[in-house]
Order: sequence, then C-alpha cells, then structure tokens
Amino acid sequence: MEAINSRFPKAKRKGNGSEQWRAALFLSPSWLLLLLFFFVPAVLTFYFAFTNMALTGAAAANTQFVGFQNFTNMFQDATFRTSVGNTIVFLIFSAVVGQQVMGFLIAFLMNGRNRVFRSVVGSIVISGWVAPEVVCAFVWFAFLNDTGTANAFIQGIGFEPIAWLYTFPMVSVIVANVWHGTAFSMMVFQAALGDVPKEVEEAAMIDGASAWQRLIRITIPMISGSVVTNMVLVTLQTLGSFTLIYALTGGGPGNATETLPIYMYHQAFVNYQLGYGTAISLVLLLIGIVASLLYMKLLKVKL
Amino acid sequence: MSSNVRKRPRMNRFMVGRVLPYIILSFIALLFLLPMLWLVLASFDGAATLALKVPDEVTLSNYTSTLASSDNQRSFGNGLLLALGQALLVVAAAGLASYPLSRYQLRYKRPFMYVILFATGLPITAVMVPVYQFFLYMQIQDSLFFTILFLAASALPYSIWMMKNFMDSVPLELEEAAWVDGASIWTTLRLVVAPLMLPGIFTVGIFAFAGSWGNFLVPFILLQSPQKLPAAVTIYQYFGQNGIVQYGKLAAFSIIYTIPAVALYVFGQRFMSQGFSFGGANKG
Repeated sequence: MEAINSRFPKAKRKGNGSEQWRAALFLSPSWLLLLLFFFVPAVLTFYFAFTNMALTGAAAANTQFVGFQNFTNMFQDATFRTSVGNTIVFLIFSAVVGQQVMGFLIAFLMNGRNRVFRSVVGSIVISGWVAPEVVCAFVWFAFLNDTGTANAFIQGIGFEPIAWLYTFPMVSVIVANVWHGTAFSMMVFQAALGDVPKEVEEAAMIDGASAWQRLIRITIPMISGSVVTNMVLVTLQTLGSFTLIYALTGGGPGNATETLPIYMYHQAFVNYQLGYGTAISLVLLLIGIVASLLYMKLLKVKL
Repeated sequence: MSSNVRKRPRMNRFMVGRVLPYIILSFIALLFLLPMLWLVLASFDGAATLALKVPDEVTLSNYTSTLASSDNQRSFGNGLLLALGQALLVVAAAGLASYPLSRYQLRYKRPFMYVILFATGLPITAVMVPVYQFFLYMQIQDSLFFTILFLAASALPYSIWMMKNFMDSVPLELEEAAWVDGASIWTTLRLVVAPLMLPGIFTVGIFAFAGSWGNFLVPFILLQSPQKLPAAVTIYQYFGQNGIVQYGKLAAFSIIYTIPAVALYVFGQRFMSQGFSFGGANKG
C-alpha cells in the first residue's frame, strides 16, 4: 500500500476511500452486465436443470422441482448416449487431432520458407477462419452437395458421385470444422516455432540429428507449452460448436451428427422440454468448467 | 573420390528437403482454397451451380439484386446494429473497468480477474437455454436492445482481460505528469490515457464487433420476428429451408456478409502488432 501511494504525487494523491469508490463506480457497468446476463443464467442452469419446465403441455403451466429425474432420464436416453459419443468423436478428430495436427504441419512446414509463399498460404488458411461460421456451413454445403465440387471432381476421374452429408455425415462436419478452425492453431504454432532458438536446432544438426529426430526430440518438446494450451483452447471452442453442424446437417441424418449442443437445442426448442434441455446444458457447462479451470492452471497467470 | 560419391545423394536429399515442403503446402493450400473459391466465382456467375466453375459471363447482377432487396438491407442493418451496439458498449464498459483494475490496489482484484479469466473459457452455447428462459421470464425476448446487452455481457470477460493488459502497458509516469500539471482524474483519462489506449480500444472493439457480426446462435435463439433477424440468420434461412435457391445470389450475400469480418481482421492486425509498443515512454 505504502509503495503504491508513494508513487503518486502527494498533492494529487486521492484518499484510499475515494479510490475505492471510484473503482466501484468504474467497475459497476461491467458488474451489472455480467451479473444480469452471464452469472444469473449460469446459476439458473443449476436450478432449471432440476425442474420439469416445458413450453407446452401440462408441465408448462405448472413447473415443478423434480430432483434428479432429468439426469436419471438422461442415462436411459439412447439419443443422449449417442450425442455424448458423437461429441467425443467430434472433439477428438476435429479439435485435438484435426486442427492441431493440420495447424502444426502447416506452421512447421512454413517455418523459414519464402515470405511471399508463406503469406499466400497463410491467407488462404486464415480465410476459412475469418469467414463467419454460417458462411463456412454454406460453403461446405455446396462443396459436399450431390452436384457440388467434390462430386464433380470424383466424376471427372471416373467414379460414382457420393452423397457425402448422408453417407459420411460425421466425417463431413469434422472436415468442415477442421477447415474452419485450423488457422487458429496454425497461428499459435507459428508464434511458438518462431520462439525456438535457431542455435539449438543448428547444434543438433551439427551433431548429426536427422530432421525427424530434431522435430521429435527438440522442436516439439520446446513448444509443448503452446501445444497443451492450444489443445485446451481449441477443445473449449469446439465443445460449444453449434452453428456449423446445425446449419450443415441439423444433427442428422437420424442423429448421426447430433452432438450435445445440438441435442440440447432440439430438446429445449424443438421438443419444448426446457428443463431437460437445461440439464443437458449443465453437462456441457460442467465439462466447460473443468476445461476452463485446466486452462487457467496451464496459463499460470500472475495477477 | 569416395567423398564425391557420397556427396551426390546428400545433395539430392537436400533438394528434396527444400522442395517437398513447398509441394505439400501448395497441396494443402489448394484444398483449403477450393471451397472458398467456389463462393467467390459463384457470386459473379449469373447461372451458378453448386460445383466449382468459371462463370461463362462475369456479372455483378447477383450483388446488385442482393443489395437492392429491402429484406436483405434490413438484415444487414440489424446485424450492424447488433454488432456496433455491442462493440461500443463493450469498449465503454471494459475500458472503464480496466482503469481501476490496472491502477488501484483493490482487495477483490485477484478474485475478480480469476472469475473473468474463468468466464472467458466457458462456452456460451451452454448457457443459451437458461438465458432464453430468463428472457422469457423477464419478457424481454425478441428485443434487439436486450440481445445487444446479452452479446455485450458475453464478450466482456475477454474484453476486460485484454483491456486491462493494454492498460498495464500504458506507463503511469505520463498520468502522474498530467496530475502534477493540475489535471483532474477525468481530464487525464480523456486526454492522456484514452489516446494511449487507442490500439487497445480498437483491438477490443474489433474483436467484439467481429464476434457478434458472425454470431448465429444468440440472435437465432433470442430473436423471433423476421424483421429483427440479422444477416447471419437470414443466410441460414435461405439455404436451410431447402427451397429453390439461387446459389449465385446467396453466394453474393455471403461475400457481402463476410467482407466486414475480413476487413476488420486485416485492420485489426495493425493494432495488435502495435499494441504493446509504448515501452519507450518509460525511459523518459
């Protein structure tokens, strides 16, 4: 306290009391917005998840506290289990493997190449990231359509066209999401690789380490911090991913691409089971809370 | 002699090592480019199909008819209102909040910043159902104004975090100099701190604007009246409703909708690289 106060010129030093008041005043708009529209809904999740709230039917007029019924229903609900499985597959192949590996591959290969070439490739990859998610969905809807570019190419080399979104729905949404999200990982890894000192790699090269050995033994361990942080961030982003899947397949065909956010939406806004929908979003929120705490721990922020 | 023989394969491997990354990267770039290239070409094609093809005749008619439609104008207007309103609100609230968080010793600063960082990670999707219930209960659903407030609240955690970091990098010495010269706190904020914070203000504003301009889920759930829907939801309705779609027009709509996001990204790059470069003032 003394140290801070002594940095202010005596004449202009405001009393600590008025400083506290001014702080409260400056923080109040943020507090108010966050409280009303962020924390209240988050807390309400915990309440609504234990009710039978619905938009139609008997439960609509008379919302009751039903204890853990939503959750016991959940475990018997085959669609819920499918959507958990879909979410895990989508997370692993689109976020953890797809975007990270693709992002690293591009960043690694770009390291030290021609500048113009690098910025052209970078811009192309980033264009899929900057474009709003709905546009990405439309672009992939066209690309994978029966009469789309992918099939035009396949027919061009003499194969039968494939109804991608029906035959390989999960693969389709994963590819689309990797296309959309890779740029983020690419940029994280570009920054990380830029910080790896050249001397270390050169020393290993002189010692006769092959390119592969240098990659596995030196480069990847040196950027492991970025890899883990990026993994948590990408997981968090992908966990809440709704728009791309919803606009591309709507969770179908059947429920082949029904992830937790899509199932939550269907239960709450199509079947009007708000209580059950909230219980599903609570599951989503809890996974998010764990990942978010992990992220904070990894960042090791000093405040 | 023997050293000569050995050198040759080594040279070859060296050449392969040099050229191969370019080949692989070009191939990846092509795969990334193809879907987007269709969108661009189709938007200039009067008879666009879903497959990639060079237009027989390049035309701007898709753009002119898209822009001439009053429905489309309104949906772009709604999107602009949501994004701009939210960005201004976020910049004002986060800017004010960042000052005491950066400059004062507050007992609750550490927990507050932890909560902010924690909230940054939470997926907004997970709170949308209770948010809708809350809006329904308060009878504020289908309102552009309250949708702006919610969008602002959801962008605040990372905005406050970024803004505080920017504020930390503005040297205290300049403010102290202004105080010595007799300026009040408010004058100092307005004339000394705000101009130095411009890169931060722009970065946070751009982030916030781009976030809500591209947001589909929030307006999709909180707004119902067709005349209130922003461009993000309109596009979805055009191609989601499986009617006869004029793909060229929808492509033009998508490009017009994407341009602000791209422009802001390019513009924002400038500020982000300049963001933390006022170190020089420290040494004066």
